[in-house]
Amino acid sequence: MFLEAIVLTVITASTPLLMAAVGELVAERSGVLNLGVEGMMVMGASCGFVAAILSGSSIVGALAGIGAGTALAAAFAFMTLRLAANQVASGLALTILGLGLSGLIGADFVGARRDPAPKLHIDGLSDLPFVGPILFGQDGFVYASVALVLGTSWFLWRSRAGLTLRAIGDNPVSAHSLGHKVLRIRLLATLFGGACAGLAGAYLSLGYTPFWVKGMTAGRGWIALALVVFASWSPWRLAAGAYLFGTVTILQLYAQGYGLGIPSQLMSSLPYLATILVLVLMSRARGRGAAPASLGMPFVPDR
Amino acid sequence: MKRRDFLGGAAVTCSLAMFATAAPAADKLKVGFIYVGPIGDFGWSYQHDVARKALEKALGDKVQTTYVENVPEGPDAERAIEGLVRDGAKLVFTTSFGFMDATVKVAKRYPAVKFEHGTGYKRDTNLATYSGRFYEGRYVIGQLAGKMSKSGIVGYVASFPIPEVVSGINSFMLGAWSVRPDMKVKIVWVNAWFDPGKEADAAKTLIDQGADIITQHTDSPAAIQIAEQRGVHVFGQDSDMINFGPHAQLSAIVDNWSDYYIQRTQAVLDGTWKSGDVWGGLGSKMVVMAPFTNMPEDVRKMAEATVADISSGKLHPFHGPLYKQDGTLVVKAGAVLPDPDILGMNWYVKGIDEKAPQ
Repeated sequence: MFLEAIVLTVITASTPLLMAAVGELVAERSGVLNLGVEGMMVMGASCGFVAAILSGSSIVGALAGIGAGTALAAAFAFMTLRLAANQVASGLALTILGLGLSGLIGADFVGARRDPAPKLHIDGLSDLPFVGPILFGQDGFVYASVALVLGTSWFLWRSRAGLTLRAIGDNPVSAHSLGHKVLRIRLLATLFGGACAGLAGAYLSLGYTPFWVKGMTAGRGWIALALVVFASWSPWRLAAGAYLFGTVTILQLYAQGYGLGIPSQLMSSLPYLATILVLVLMSRARGRGAAPASLGMPFVPDR
Repeated sequence: MKRRDFLGGAAVTCSLAMFATAAPAADKLKVGFIYVGPIGDFGWSYQHDVARKALEKALGDKVQTTYVENVPEGPDAERAIEGLVRDGAKLVFTTSFGFMDATVKVAKRYPAVKFEHGTGYKRDTNLATYSGRFYEGRYVIGQLAGKMSKSGIVGYVASFPIPEVVSGINSFMLGAWSVRPDMKVKIVWVNAWFDPGKEADAAKTLIDQGADIITQHTDSPAAIQIAEQRGVHVFGQDSDMINFGPHAQLSAIVDNWSDYYIQRTQAVLDGTWKSGDVWGGLGSKMVVMAPFTNMPEDVRKMAEATVADISSGKLHPFHGPLYKQDGTLVVKAGAVLPDPDILGMNWYVKGIDEKAPQ
């Protein structure tokens, strides 16, 4: 079925963006701007692939991807939280480090091949027409991305810890004077961002295109970063944005296959145009969700 | 080797060219290479690096090679090329079309150094050009597609609408029509040389639209893997990608720069190097076909015969009569399309339904 094929392709194209962006959203909500998403993602891709090849297990690979992203985020946190270094510069450095280091780690695994991560199969349910493969036939990464959006939304807006995290992102000085541990919570948020980016990277090298080549993220980390901003720091708008981007990307490929005769350069820019337009309109329509007031500003507690 | 990788990667983003040099030696000929992508791309830059290693192996301690990977095309390349020369390189290979003007400029500044620019057309007394006739390989795989397709639809994952890609599409379809006149092509431009995810999506899209043969003019093995998963046939690009599609790959067009690099370096060592233009194809083995796999014996024989005919010059992919899309006759029967016209090809041949790229 045609629609089914399109939806399945859209899901694989949108999932890595969504996972990386959700992590960055939480970090930014706490006031930490980490521009190193691309670097953490590509490290997740290379470490995830290497670990999966060596162990023969996609789960070990996914965990290694999470670990690699978290480790890089920890380095970033050390620089920006402990040493109060500039977040923009540190984030860019993290991307450069990640792109180089991932090439080094993956060098011996270029050309290695693996089957894609296994997909869920429930007898009966997965065989249903249309809804079966889409709802009950995905790999673990896709379900994880949905859980991440649900969990993050609940955490940020329905839990006390989430309220604290948002407060710290808006006004760390007040939060600090109320006795909240600003740096510790920012550290946790940054590590969560790294873990999500690492998982998104692992999805690229284990599920989406199961092999390793250097630089295989091809800019997806930057798209994830942009999505966070255009979704004005809301998980639901972020999910809508990631899926809209994925949908337009895939639809323009289909349209090209039908030979509509529209210049391909224009078609390739459509996902960006459409996503920016829709998300900006959505953010305008609702008041809530401006940028965290202290985003990107270092906080040094006076003792 | 590993550390170089890391440094090279670091050089990408900050555009700081870092040089990977082996042990210094005074009397060795230093040969420099500039790559557009990572050597780990398993495609274009990877094959150039395979040739660099072959050069080191063949000429042993007479040469010392140096490379810079991930060099952006455009003015930035000038600095990287000049860096190699300052570092002592007496022969420099710049391996992508976009390095053309930068190479010309540096060559003017250092007349004693020899330069070789891959896939370009601007030459000087110390600047030679070389390229592969990849379209010859595309004619062969086009024939294979015509023989092996059941649906009669081929899906083409294309990068950018430049003459090299357009001539490849034309040659592929001329090959396909030579054995199956009703063959159709669907072309999807991903507007990138290297984006594994997008290449995979494009391949899925084409298969969903009925293509049962996929071919690509992009650099990663993503489309090969999709073809393997979906059970359709596919062709590798730049290097033999059979590992990614053991049941899917029919053949691959493999770039083979080794012989040329060894020969040109030897010429510098002998003092016989002269500027010129080499456009090697199947005949000179600058373009070679990966083993013909996953096909019946008679189809394999046909492909081998075609390779032999093209190599000997008996068959030219762009032989007359050749018509443009609108029906204009470009090449009369008995003649072939001249090289400059192949290099500048920006039109589709008659029979391709797609709108010609601008």
